[in-house]
Amino acid sequence: MDIIRLKNVKKQYKNGTTAIYDLSLNIEKGSFVFIIGGSGSGKSTLMKMLYREEKPTKGQIIVGGLNVAKLRNSKVYKLRRKLGIVFQDYRLLPKQTVYENVAFAMEVIGATKQETRVKVLKALEIVGLKNKVHSYPDQLSGGEQQRVAIARAIVNNPKMLLCDEPTGNLDPEMSIEIMKIIEKINKDWGTTVLVVTHDKEIVNKMKKQVITLKEGRLVNNKAKGTYDNENA
Amino acid sequence: MKMLRMLGRSIRDAFKSVFRNFSLSLASISCITITLIIVAISIMASYNVSNFTEEIEKDLTIVAFVENSATKEEIENIKNELKNISNINQKEIKYESKSQVKQEMQTQSEIFNTVMEGWDEEDNPLKDTFQIKVKNAEEISKTAKQIEKIEKIAIVRYGEGMVDKLITAFDSIKKVTYGTVIALILVTIFLIINTIKLTIYSRKREISIMRLVGASNFTIKTPFIIEGMFLGLLGSLIPIGMIIFGYPALYDRMNGYVFTPLVNLISPTPFVYTVSLMIMIIGIIVGMIGSSSAVRKYLKV
Ligand SMILES: Nc1ncnc2c1ncn2[C@@H]1O[C@H](COP(=O)(O)OP(=O)(O)OP(=O)(O)O)[C@@H](O)[C@H]1O
Ligand SMILES: [Mg+2]
Repeated sequence: MDIIRLKNVKKQYKNGTTAIYDLSLNIEKGSFVFIIGGSGSGKSTLMKMLYREEKPTKGQIIVGGLNVAKLRNSKVYKLRRKLGIVFQDYRLLPKQTVYENVAFAMEVIGATKQETRVKVLKALEIVGLKNKVHSYPDQLSGGEQQRVAIARAIVNNPKMLLCDEPTGNLDPEMSIEIMKIIEKINKDWGTTVLVVTHDKEIVNKMKKQVITLKEGRLVNNKAKGTYDNENA
Repeated sequence: MKMLRMLGRSIRDAFKSVFRNFSLSLASISCITITLIIVAISIMASYNVSNFTEEIEKDLTIVAFVENSATKEEIENIKNELKNISNINQKEIKYESKSQVKQEMQTQSEIFNTVMEGWDEEDNPLKDTFQIKVKNAEEISKTAKQIEKIEKIAIVRYGEGMVDKLITAFDSIKKVTYGTVIALILVTIFLIINTIKLTIYSRKREISIMRLVGASNFTIKTPFIIEGMFLGLLGSLIPIGMIIFGYPALYDRMNGYVFTPLVNLISPTPFVYTVSLMIMIIGIIVGMIGSSSAVRKYLKV
């Protein structure tokens, strides 16, 4: 079953730049997908359309049964609750502890204190940060901060995890750690995972589905793909 | 249950925010305080003014003098015509024949008594009178003109100038206060909008993360709106204190009246509590208007 479906999607920004030309793409539930491509090829734009930060100019996007292109602003939260989103720059709240940062995602959707507690500790255990619950973001390494962000993204058991260059700021060892955690979430929970990356080694090593964009067009979609320098 | 929990969170956030940006909040609160003090004074003054205009109006009488040549039937006619004028209180039409007027005047003063003693029915230069009360004092001059047109009515008298002037004076005072109050409220709203705008900006990161993790618009907006209401509530505290302690003190000092015992002040209880409640509600509403417009303008979701 396809959890994400794009049909003839085009995205042209207000300033006239076209980031995506006529993209059709299906992603099966439970899959682990790398999205690669050169700078400016439209990877982030694609992700933004999936979590409805941007609307497509043309075409249809269905994510987890929701018609994203037609989703009203006031209903976007319904989509977001099905998704966990991770960025290169972590996006944590600096004045809140690790625990509070993760709990934040539960609180704002109205979870009880007990439910929040159980789920936050579980999420922090999965990312291996249970011993740092009281630390503040600036007391953590980049890899640890990204793990907090991942914990926050998965604390609500989302159907999908969208990661835009999650290892972009990390050294190779840390990157492998992070990818292992994401892979584990995909395997243990069946969460569909989309990872945008420039990291050639990781893509080649993990042998996952690879989707390649080039100048706003889909040029390759392989089940067990590798990072192909010619396309990137 | 969930709703209540979320509301609790919003209130906590709003509370924190007021104290986090305290100097800014203080500016808004002071502005609300000043506005509400003036609003409170206007409200109390205008209640007192309408209270004593009502009292004056109750006592306002038109006196219509009947020509001496009028017959009994004609007097009966006049009475019926008076009843047909809509602004006249039908139960308050009092007829006195000139001999009754004479008697009344004689009991009022010794001098009148001696002078008038010699008059018999024919010599009596006084006139038969109607004493009439109106329903609406503002239309008294119009009513007086209507009465003048009735046949066999000689002269019509009422507290002309004084009453008219008093009423128009109160009217213009009211207009000026309303104008001032509205202007002050607008300035206050503007300040609250700015305060909330800065709170929104200072929490941009938090807001964007809230959106990301699926907080509803309602959840995102409510704390800011509550913050505005909170500013309004805090701004109403000093004015309420001034009402509750100030008005009774003033009342005691003036012995409950202005200039003459005819013009009574409204007694403090429960008046001060009613006005305090009004002030608190106005404060909260003004705060809410300010914060909701800031949210609408600066928090695009
Ligand atoms: N908000 C925007 N307004 C206008 N043009 C934009 C906007 N965001 C992106 N673009 C343009 O759209 C194209 C695709 O950008 P996008 O960010 O999707 O690329 P990317 O594949 O994520 O690149 P990178 O690997 O560098 O992150 C680029 O030409 C970019 O300049
Ligand atoms: Mg990008």
